[in-house]
Amino acid sequence: MALAANNQKSQEIEAKRQLGMLLSRPFSIIGGAVINWVSNIGAVTIFLFLSLGKIFRSKQLSKIIQQLYYIGARSTTIIMLVSLFTGMVLGLQSYHALVKFGAQGAVGTLVALSLIREMGPVLAAIMITARAGSAITAEIGIQRISEQIDALQTMRIDPLKYLISPKIAASIISFPILTTVFDLIGIIGGYISGVVLLGLNAGTYFHSIQANVEMKDISDGLVKAVVFALIVSTVCCYQGYFAHMRLDGRGAKAVGLSTTSAVVISCVLILISDYIVTSLLI
Amino acid sequence: MNTPLIEFQNVTKRFGSRTILERVNLQLYEGEVTTIIGLSGSGKSLLLKQMIGLILPDEGTILFRGKPLNGMKKTEIGTSFAQMSYMFQDNALFDSMTVYENIALPLQETTNLSRAEIDRRVLVRIEQTELGDAINKFPAELSGGMQKRVALARALINDPQIVLFDEPTSGQDPVRKNAILSMIAQYQRKFGFTAILVSHEIPDVYFISNRILALYDRQIVFQGTPEELENFDHPFKDEVIHSLEALQKELSGLYSKRQFKILNHAQLKRREFGENYCVVIFTLEELNTIMTRLGHDAVQEAIHSMGLYIDKHFGPSGGFSTRHRINEVITMLPYSDIADAQSILLDFIKDFQGKGNNDIWALYRKLVSQEECVELTIMAGVAQGQPLDEIDSVIDAAKSQQKEIGRLQCVERRGVNR
Repeated sequence: MALAANNQKSQEIEAKRQLGMLLSRPFSIIGGAVINWVSNIGAVTIFLFLSLGKIFRSKQLSKIIQQLYYIGARSTTIIMLVSLFTGMVLGLQSYHALVKFGAQGAVGTLVALSLIREMGPVLAAIMITARAGSAITAEIGIQRISEQIDALQTMRIDPLKYLISPKIAASIISFPILTTVFDLIGIIGGYISGVVLLGLNAGTYFHSIQANVEMKDISDGLVKAVVFALIVSTVCCYQGYFAHMRLDGRGAKAVGLSTTSAVVISCVLILISDYIVTSLLI
Repeated sequence: MNTPLIEFQNVTKRFGSRTILERVNLQLYEGEVTTIIGLSGSGKSLLLKQMIGLILPDEGTILFRGKPLNGMKKTEIGTSFAQMSYMFQDNALFDSMTVYENIALPLQETTNLSRAEIDRRVLVRIEQTELGDAINKFPAELSGGMQKRVALARALINDPQIVLFDEPTSGQDPVRKNAILSMIAQYQRKFGFTAILVSHEIPDVYFISNRILALYDRQIVFQGTPEELENFDHPFKDEVIHSLEALQKELSGLYSKRQFKILNHAQLKRREFGENYCVVIFTLEELNTIMTRLGHDAVQEAIHSMGLYIDKHFGPSGGFSTRHRINEVITMLPYSDIADAQSILLDFIKDFQGKGNNDIWALYRKLVSQEECVELTIMAGVAQGQPLDEIDSVIDAAKSQQKEIGRLQCVERRGVNR
C-alpha cells in the first residue's frame, strides 16, 4: 500500500518535472540564442577594436596600399556599372512620376538626393560586400584552415596586425571614395535618361541639383559609408578568421559557409544600420 | 642532469568531453634531437603546439628553461617563443607568395634589417636548402619534397635555437621520407639547433634521434635513448613499434635493429657448438658527397636499392639484414660458412655492378640533372663466427676485412662499370 502510494507520488513528481521542462524550453532556447548573440557581438567588437588599434603600427602602409588596390581600385568598375544604371532608372522613374504634376524640373534633385543620401552608400556597400567582402572571408578562411595563420603566430607575426588591420583601414578609406564615385556616376546616369533620352533641359537638371543638395547631405552619406565600411570589413574578416570554429562545417565547407554568412550578415547589417544612422543624422 | 629546455608537468588537455593528454610529464634537453612517437591522433602534434604556445593546456605547467610559462611576463614569454620555430605537417606555406617571399616574411615583419641584408640571408638559406631553381615559384608549383625544404628554410631563417617539426615526412614516399629525416639531421649538425620531431617513421627516426618519447594512451610512457627503447617492455611496443617495423621491412628489405637482434638470438640458439655463421658488413663510402651534390633523395635511393639487392641475394640462404649506421648495412648468414658467404657475395657483386648500377642511375637521372655525376664506393667485409662468439666482435672482424667491392658511377658519362 505504502509502496503504491510512493510510486504514484514519484510519477506525479516526474510528470511535474517534464511539464516544467516543456514550459521552460522556449525560454531556454531564447535565452541561449540571446546569450550567443550577445557574446558574438562582444567578440566582434573586441576583434574590431584590437584590429583598429594596430592600423597605425609600423610597416602597415604598404599593406594598406595593397588592400586599397584589392578592395577599392578593383571594385571601381562594378560600382560604376551599377551606379550608371541605378541613376538611369531613377531618372526614368522620377521623370514619369513628376511629369504628371508638371514637376519634371525636379528630376535632378530627386536623383541626386536619393543617391547621395541613401542609394549611393547602401548600394555601393552591398556591391563591395559581394565583390571584395566575400573574397576577404574566403581568403582569410583558407589561410585559417591551412594553418597559415598559425604559422604567422609561430613566426611572432601578429595575424590581426598583418592580415586584418590593413583590410579594415583600406575599407575605411575606399568605401567613401567608392560611394562618391557611385553618386557621381549615378547622377550622370540620371542625366542620360532624363536629359539625353527624355529631353529634359540640361541646365534645369544640374541647377536643381546645385540648388537643393546641401553639404550636409553629402557628409551624411559619407558618414554612412564609413559606418558600412567598419561593418562589412569587420564581419567579413571575423567570419574568415574564425572559420575553423564553426559548428556546422569543417575545412572547405566551413570556408564556404563563412563566406555565405559574411555576405548575408553584412547586407542585413548595412540595411539595419542605415536606418539607425539615418534616424540619428536626420 | 641539466635543467630541461622544455618540461611538461602534469599537463592535461581536453577538447569538450574528450581528454587528449592526461597528466603528461616530459623533459626535452638542449642540443638534442628528440622524437615523439605515437599513433596517429594520439596528441603528438598537440604536444608541439603547446610547446610553442599555439594551444594552452587546461591543467598542469609547462616550464621553459626551468621557468613556468604561466608565471612569466608577456615579454618574457615572447622572448622564449622567439627562440623557437615550427615546421607544420602540411608546411603552411603562404600560397599567394613565392618561395623567396615565404622565406623572407619572418625577417621582413619581425626585424628592422635592410632589404639588402634580408636578400643576403634569404639567398644563403635558399642555397643551403637547394632551392635555387624555385626562388620565384609559388608553393603549388613545387613537389612535396621541395615544399618541405621551403618550410624548413623559412623555419631556419631567424636562426632559431629550437625547431619543432610536426610530422616532417608525412605524405612522402619511403625514399623521400628518409631523405627528409637525413636533411633534418644534417641541418641540425650544421646549425646546432635543438630539434623536436613528431614522427611515426620507426625505426628511421632512431638513426637521427638522441632521445625518443613515446606517447601512448594519453600519456608519455617512455623517455630515453633509442637503445633504451629496445629493452622497453610495454603494450606500446606491440601495438605501435612492431606494426610499423613490419611495414618498414616490406618496403626496404631491411629489418629494424631490434628485430635483427631477436632474429639473430633465435637463430643462434638453434646452432650447436662448432657450427659456423657469417656476418657481412656493407659500407657506402662518399655518402656525404652524394648528399651535397645530388641531394638527400639520391642517398636514400642508394641505401634503399642496396637493401633490396642484399635481400634478394642473401635472403634465400636464410640471411637477414639491418641498417647498422646511416651508411652501413649488416647481413647475418646463420647457416653459411665463410666459403658460402664469399660465394654469395661474389654473385651479389656481379648483379649489383651490372643491373643494380643501371637501376640506381636510372633513378638518379629522375632526381638530378644529367650533368651531375659522383661516384659511390661500396665496401664489404665477411667474417665467420660461432654461436658462443659475441656478435659485436664478429662485426668488428668483418669490418676489418672490408675492401672495395664495387664503384657505382654515372653510366652514360663514363660508359664503364668497374
